[in-house]
Amino acid sequence: MSVTSTTTSKTSTTGTGEASGRRGLPHGDRRRREFTTRRGLTIAAFMAPAAVFVAVFTYYPVLAGGQMAFRNWKLTDLTDTSWVGLKNFGDVFADPAWGTVLGNTAVWVLGSIVPQLLIGFALALWLRRRFRLRGLYQALIFFPWAISGFLIGILFRWLFNSEFGVVNDLLQKAGLIDEPIAWLADPKTAMVAVLIANIWYGVTFFTIMILAALQSIPDELYEAAALDGAGKARTLFQITIPYIRTTLALTVLLRVIWIFNFPDLIFGMTGGGPNNETHIVTTWMIKITQQGDYGRASALGLLVVAALLVFAVFFLMATREKKGVRS
Amino acid sequence: MTGKGSVAGRAVKFTFLGVWLLFTVFPLYWITVTSLKAPGDIFHFPLAYWPERFSLENYRGLFGTADFGTYLTNSLVVSTVAGVTATAISMLSAYVLARFEFRTKSALLMAALVTQMIPSFIALGPLYLLMTDLKLVDNRFGLIVVYIAVCVPFCTVMLRGFFENIPDALEEAAMIDGLSRFAALFRVLLPVMRPGIIAAFIFNFVNCWNELFLSVTLMNSDSNKTVPTALNGFISSFNIDWGSMSAAAVLTIAPTMLLFAFASRHIVQGLTSGSVKG
Repeated sequence: MSVTSTTTSKTSTTGTGEASGRRGLPHGDRRRREFTTRRGLTIAAFMAPAAVFVAVFTYYPVLAGGQMAFRNWKLTDLTDTSWVGLKNFGDVFADPAWGTVLGNTAVWVLGSIVPQLLIGFALALWLRRRFRLRGLYQALIFFPWAISGFLIGILFRWLFNSEFGVVNDLLQKAGLIDEPIAWLADPKTAMVAVLIANIWYGVTFFTIMILAALQSIPDELYEAAALDGAGKARTLFQITIPYIRTTLALTVLLRVIWIFNFPDLIFGMTGGGPNNETHIVTTWMIKITQQGDYGRASALGLLVVAALLVFAVFFLMATREKKGVRS
Repeated sequence: MTGKGSVAGRAVKFTFLGVWLLFTVFPLYWITVTSLKAPGDIFHFPLAYWPERFSLENYRGLFGTADFGTYLTNSLVVSTVAGVTATAISMLSAYVLARFEFRTKSALLMAALVTQMIPSFIALGPLYLLMTDLKLVDNRFGLIVVYIAVCVPFCTVMLRGFFENIPDALEEAAMIDGLSRFAALFRVLLPVMRPGIIAAFIFNFVNCWNELFLSVTLMNSDSNKTVPTALNGFISSFNIDWGSMSAAAVLTIAPTMLLFAFASRHIVQGLTSGSVKG
């Protein structure tokens, strides 16, 4: 909020500046100050509503929640909320299920992002050239984006139902399985089912972003490549991918952050079960919150923010460096 | 990408596109078919891929035994008001972030990005206490206020991309004609920005319509529940009644799907205009 404070202290100069201007003595220095003050006021006034809402209803609760991470804060006993240092963080790591949760998180993020990127890229390449009904096609594959993660979880929970689920029925009809699979009750298949649901949901975002980037590549580049006799693979790796590298990197970054922070789908589909096998860090946090241990849940939350910030910085550095080497 | 591509290449392409389309549409088809089956037929073998007996019984139950009409109204009111307000507020902040250079600008953009990294659960406890102090718990206005704060960061970044694509000569001309900056923004830029504003509003609306965890935390009484909170209630009981659940899912998805269908081109433009620069 430093914008607001600097502008209020300068408000008085506005009056004199305008007055001298009206008297027809345009002093260069004063004029510039008048201009910057007006500018500062405009910026502050236009930013204020957004800043106030986000500060009061997002950042204040987040910071207040953050300090709980260093306190004993359990719903079971609110009389003792003393400071306990890093104990909550220790409890997070000491939990016997923590290893499973971390492993699941890695599988969840990688198992979602890689297929989403590859399928999304392929769709974008094929959608680049106009064909009949392309607009309709794009609108249709866009639909998953209108549905909440929670509801997608419920949708696929029904599809993967062990008794009356259509997935088992189709697989049996195709002769791929003999007995119905208890997809969401079996630790081995539950994560696969959850990943399929997330891939269904997330491919479209990659398609949209990559398609837009592809359409910004000038046709001359491809014509030149064709004249040089470059094959499809070479064109893809030496022209298309380098050209849209920035978009690819930013989209992957954004998606990793969102997928990491996306407990909704798992919450609706398996609730983390069976036997914690689909719990990721953020659904684990929901579980601990529901158990009433706000201190430990906050510690987990801070770990998530820290991990994502570190990841974002390293990722941006790595992708930027590569670009520098190229050019 | 060169030439027209071989026959085999095109066959692969359209097969892949076709399979993906089927895969995308099928879950939605299946939940709709499930919701239209007569009660009991859902659990009937062999599974019917087209309802043998069409029935609206599942839907009737939602409005009879459950109070789904109230939930829909609540969601509609909250999402519309929060969506419109958040769009208006974000227009102001996005405009400034697109047109001016100032010291705290990168810090503000960073603050917007960081909101995307914070798991919402870290804030739920303190937010509940804050809303209790403000007497806004279990109150639709309270939920609207919180949703505005949720929508503003991403909406600002999105609208900023649109503003950057409009030459600033437009509002400068209007300001020379004597309009204030605020008036210039609304009279001159607003009409030009219409696609962007529609996209931003729809994005906000859908976000609020779909939001679960904040609404579960803040809305206690049945008459104040939004649709996702009600759906969550359907799950919490031991058995999921898949008949009413599928009908409820269809009613929840339909409005946002219609909005997306109506404006998918604008939304695509909205998502890509800020970040894709070749």
